[in-house]
Amino acid sequence: MEKQLVCINCPMGCRLIVSMEGDKVCSVAGNVCKRGEEYARQEAVEPLRVLTSLMRIEGREKPFSVKTSAPIPKRLMFDCVNEIFAHRAVAPIHVGDVILANVCGTGCDVISTQEVL
Amino acid sequence: MRTVDLVIIGGGSAGLSAAVGARKQGVEDILVLERSPYLGGILRQCIHNGFGVHKYKEDLTGVEFAKRIADEARALNITCMCETFALSISPEKVVTAMNPSSGLFTIQARAIILAMGCRERSRGALMIPGSRCAGVITAGTAQRYLNLEGYLPGKRIVILGSGDIGLIMARQFTVEGAKVERVVEIMPYSSGLARNISQCIEDFDIPISYSSTVTQIKGHGRVSSVVVSKVDEKRRPIPGTEFEIPCDTLLISAGLIPENELSKSAGIELSPVTKGAVVDDYLMTSLPGVFSCGNVLHVHDLVDHVSAEGTQAGANAARYLRGEVETSETVPVESGFGVNGAVPQKVRRAGTGKVDFMFRPRDKFPACRICVDVDGVCAATYHRPVLTPGEMCSFSVDRSVLAKAKEKIAVRVEV
Repeated sequence: MEKQLVCINCPMGCRLIVSMEGDKVCSVAGNVCKRGEEYARQEAVEPLRVLTSLMRIEGREKPFSVKTSAPIPKRLMFDCVNEIFAHRAVAPIHVGDVILANVCGTGCDVISTQEVL
Repeated sequence: MRTVDLVIIGGGSAGLSAAVGARKQGVEDILVLERSPYLGGILRQCIHNGFGVHKYKEDLTGVEFAKRIADEARALNITCMCETFALSISPEKVVTAMNPSSGLFTIQARAIILAMGCRERSRGALMIPGSRCAGVITAGTAQRYLNLEGYLPGKRIVILGSGDIGLIMARQFTVEGAKVERVVEIMPYSSGLARNISQCIEDFDIPISYSSTVTQIKGHGRVSSVVVSKVDEKRRPIPGTEFEIPCDTLLISAGLIPENELSKSAGIELSPVTKGAVVDDYLMTSLPGVFSCGNVLHVHDLVDHVSAEGTQAGANAARYLRGEVETSETVPVESGFGVNGAVPQKVRRAGTGKVDFMFRPRDKFPACRICVDVDGVCAATYHRPVLTPGEMCSFSVDRSVLAKAKEKIAVRVEV
């Protein structure tokens, strides 16, 4: 099986052709640098994304901004969004504070990117 | 009237970087004027990541980047006046401003750095016909409502324009529970970064129509639908291609314009191409002692570049205040084939070191060279694997190469 991807590492936008056998990557073609191959090998098997969103604070009107501490599997993005929406944080909050540990079993935490005093 | 060595207009990433740059070069008396109650400028509403990869070697969100840069300025005890609106700058460098605590006041500056940023092109500028109903807002306004105020401004969204802000908002609206019905782009390609097309549009299967535009807005009280038409190669709508999309909100993401009203009040020469000030290689405008940096000079893609330009403007203002910047003879820089709005627009003959140039490519050029012509003769070339309109191109030239110029310097792309 073949998967086609566009590399997002630089403006070149190389068209990557990934040959797959089941869930395994056999080869990557179309890339001009090593970053393209690394990206394709991950993207074809399990695409990863950093999730950024907003969370409500107990007793406050305005939300604050959060992110995952590392890229999470794309397929779990909306599960994580639902966890973030369901949670109410408690001020004071500092940049880097862990708000939800190991969100949806991803091994990543949801951390604050904003200071709320 | 109070006298201040260096007045910086704008407390966003450009202005704060300029303040830090000037302080590190020994300027003691610095005053930053910021019209909002907070420092950090537009970054405060950018909750997405992708900031600071060059400056901090980390993938930060805009909010985190803003805090770092504001903390740097605070650590250096730089005086910042928030909620302070600069009304005008005179050719004698008198700044008139006002705020709730002092009312109207004037400051005599010895040097000024313009760092006012840019604003979005609005519905009025695009002249979209149709109903004047609620629900037509710029992408940046929607970002502010959502991220700073906590309101989702619509449930069914159409986005006009596929610049980076529009793409980022398409993703965020989807994540926050709204439905993005379609992105409509008048050009045959997106001006946004490939990363954003992939991760904001394709990740969420959002439909995108190229060579198309919104030709009518319908609705009473609130938007109920928009009409989209295909356009020909001259961007004129093609009759018979119309289709209607039901929606409650139209987001406009159709480009940014430097905010230069203050520069005009000082009589500073502006470029019709970049819509920013005409500057020399010290980032100094036509008014000696007034510098310009960041998105008010020309619209950048990355805050890292805004910040670097701010730092440079700050350092140059410090040199000016020490009397090290003379008003010496300059040579004009022209934008040749493939080059749009090269900055700086003039270069001093005297001096040492390198001169940094930036421009926006007019088209996508694979495997090309940037040529610098001195009086019509190619004096330096720089190879690039690819240039695209979505990414600003930058390169540095040895001044010794440019110093020989008698009439003009030209920057062009050779394919």
